Amino acid sequence: MEAALTILLDGLQFSSYLFIVSAGLTIIFGVMKILNVAHGSFYAWGAYTAAFFIGKFSDMGLPDALGFLIIVAAAIVVGVILGFIIEQGILKHMYERDEVLIVLATFGLFLVLEDIILIAFGTDPYFAYQPMALLDSVELGGITRDVYGMTLIGVAAVVAVGCWWLLNRTKWGTLLKAVIFDREMGISMGINVPLVYTLTFIGGAILGGLGGAYIAPTISVAPGLGTEVIVLSFAVVVVGGMGSIVGAAIGSLIIGILRAIAVHELPQVELFVVFAVMAIVLVFRPEGLFAPAKPRKI
Amino acid sequence: MFNDRTAKFLLLAALVICVGGAFAPNWIVNQFMFGFSRALAILGLMVLWRTGLVSFGHAFYFGLGAYAVAILDSKLGVSDVFLRLVAGAVVAGVAGFLIGFIMRNYRDIFFAMLNTAISMVLFGIVVKTESLGSTDGFAISASTIFGLSPETKYPLFVIITLIGLSAALAVNFYLKTTFGKLTTAIRDNEIRVEYLGFSVAHAIHLKYTISTILAGGAGALMAMSLGQVDPESMINWTVSGELVFVTILSGPGNVIAPFIGSLVFEVLRTYAFELAPQAWQLIMGATFLTIIFFLPGGIWSLIEKLGGKKNAK
Amino acid sequence: MQNSSSILEVRDLLKTFGAVVAAKDINVDISQGEIVGIIGANGAGKTCFVNMVTGYLAPTEGSIKFEGTELVGLGTRKITHAGISRSFQVSQVFHSMTVSENLMIALAIANNRGTDALSLMDTPDLRLKLDAVLKRYKLETQRDATVSALAQGVRKLLDIAMAVVSKPRILLLDEPTSGISVEEKFDFMDIVMGALKEDGVTVLFVEHDMEIVERYVSRVLAFYQGEIIADMPPKKALADKKVQEFVIGKEHHKKKK
Repeated sequence: MEAALTILLDGLQFSSYLFIVSAGLTIIFGVMKILNVAHGSFYAWGAYTAAFFIGKFSDMGLPDALGFLIIVAAAIVVGVILGFIIEQGILKHMYERDEVLIVLATFGLFLVLEDIILIAFGTDPYFAYQPMALLDSVELGGITRDVYGMTLIGVAAVVAVGCWWLLNRTKWGTLLKAVIFDREMGISMGINVPLVYTLTFIGGAILGGLGGAYIAPTISVAPGLGTEVIVLSFAVVVVGGMGSIVGAAIGSLIIGILRAIAVHELPQVELFVVFAVMAIVLVFRPEGLFAPAKPRKI
Repeated sequence: MFNDRTAKFLLLAALVICVGGAFAPNWIVNQFMFGFSRALAILGLMVLWRTGLVSFGHAFYFGLGAYAVAILDSKLGVSDVFLRLVAGAVVAGVAGFLIGFIMRNYRDIFFAMLNTAISMVLFGIVVKTESLGSTDGFAISASTIFGLSPETKYPLFVIITLIGLSAALAVNFYLKTTFGKLTTAIRDNEIRVEYLGFSVAHAIHLKYTISTILAGGAGALMAMSLGQVDPESMINWTVSGELVFVTILSGPGNVIAPFIGSLVFEVLRTYAFELAPQAWQLIMGATFLTIIFFLPGGIWSLIEKLGGKKNAK
Repeated sequence: MQNSSSILEVRDLLKTFGAVVAAKDINVDISQGEIVGIIGANGAGKTCFVNMVTGYLAPTEGSIKFEGTELVGLGTRKITHAGISRSFQVSQVFHSMTVSENLMIALAIANNRGTDALSLMDTPDLRLKLDAVLKRYKLETQRDATVSALAQGVRKLLDIAMAVVSKPRILLLDEPTSGISVEEKFDFMDIVMGALKEDGVTVLFVEHDMEIVERYVSRVLAFYQGEIIADMPPKKALADKKVQEFVIGKEHHKKKK
């Protein structure tokens, strides 16, 4: 039973940070029809920024609890600054162009941002374990787990509920859904679509940054973070359906739990299984499991 | 086949390069070997790009080609350069032909993503498999040519150049056939092509298969040039990204473009690593954005504008 | 009415999209060489009919026989090979290529079947055919112009010319004069119908413009709410009560394009 519980909790934790990142990616795709490769950079930047400042604050002797504040602040700062610069500086000028070309541009941005991390933060890994150490560990069903890891699940849940509430219970959400469904209609209804685009991109970026910032205390923050997470997020978004938050949640769960099972039972297939699922979904149901309905254009 | 300007230029250039290579220092010879090996894959991706398709997963075929050489070497002791090349191209080509049945029904993002997924499946397998060298990869013994073991890299360099020449001439011819002309047409208006009576699915399947054969050959040549294989530099999605980058950098205008683009890429990368190792990705990314915004036709379009002496199609 | 020289026989065609009935009880026999006008208000089922005959849409029920062969179930490609072509309301051409290149592709596809598709496309033989088409459709002066820079009228000419190079026995034109100015429409149709007459092609065209219909067709099919409400020569059709109420009445109230 302990093994099953370990797998379940590992899976949920993994799904959680994947969900936070992928929710941002899928919303950006749903609204703007852009598959943002640079999303991996938001994650990496969030992780590095959080780790850097957690380390600095710790050196200065400030209380470890501030770490949580730093994490949230890092996500917001990364999301707002990077999101704004990218959307206004590059993407805004490309909306009329081929969607694959835009993806390539985001790939170019990804490369640039990855290197700026190297230049800004260096190649040595950062460790920012303080918030995790602060919360200590707990015994659950015969196994020991970090409380921090469990809070990650909580954060993901909050993000999920928050997104649902935003989309379904606010006026802003209705506007977003209108633009997701049909951008032209949105414009003709008087929605300020450029503003929606900018805010959506920043929002998505914040989520990407949050995923990275929150995971930072549990890993060694080193170069290459973004590269790995971006293909996993793609897998989630493809499986769940591009543009669907529910899809991102289900997709993260499927991928997360599958991976946890693989890691514990059959490590050789750990990477293989995730992408095999992605390939299978693409072959049999390319829109994903929960893609939002697309209007029929004759 | 040898009638047009492009073909004549290719033949001349190949001659000059082969002769020049005998006197050039080793590092230049290496640049050309790596560049031309990669150019083969770019040639295939260029055909797809003209058809409006971008694959973000051709490292799958590149890696298959490379690892086919490595496995043949370690398990069967095959060292002949031509056998290795054919093995790489055939393995990748067969895989591409089979996968092509599915791939030919996809477009845009889905086409790109499905290729990525498949390539990462292979990456995942290789990285976790000890007998395939996992993340370290493994070394390949030197290639022999008709049983002879050359002392320098020069013979391999000549062979790669000639293979590149042959591939370029073949693709150049292909692009002038009815099948080949259906690249831009499909990109512009698929429905009309079907209504005119041609199967778009068949056309795409053929182009895809050609591109996978070329990518496999490229991987094989690269493996032989480097003397080793490893998943990180040959199968990971970042490698696919690099291939796409060089394709866009080169431009789709002519079969000569991939060779120029690949050489520029090699030189750029070597110098970037020497001057500022931290900045290679930055340079690549910035160049990518510059091309997308200011020079969508790639380096070739620049050459066309400046020179005007090379034929466009 | 069974006609021994009917090349197109449509029987009990039905097309539904869920609860919407786009076409119903369509029964028509077209004879070799006829020029038929298909009229009706927007949404009456004209384009739906064209889409079904050319294989773009599959009918829910019914049969379409061309020279005895059942067309239902074949795709657009096979139907083109069988000898039926169409032009489009919004011209479907290759916008980044020149007029000549567009036509060469159409000619190549029509002439280079099977393994021929792997031989050089640009042959002297094909060039001769290209010159002939350019002349027929008065496109010579535009031969090297890129399509995206062309006027609407020239694009439509090209669209139709491309449909004709495969030497179809039936040609369906979808609103050939839509988008063409009032002054030019007769010249345009003269060119098109003149070129088609030479080949003895059976032509069906969808039109909103009654002047065009009167001038060029020998028979009119009037559609209303998915059904054919009249099938008669143009003068009779335009005088028919039902046609006047359900088709022309609406036409006169429509704004001139």
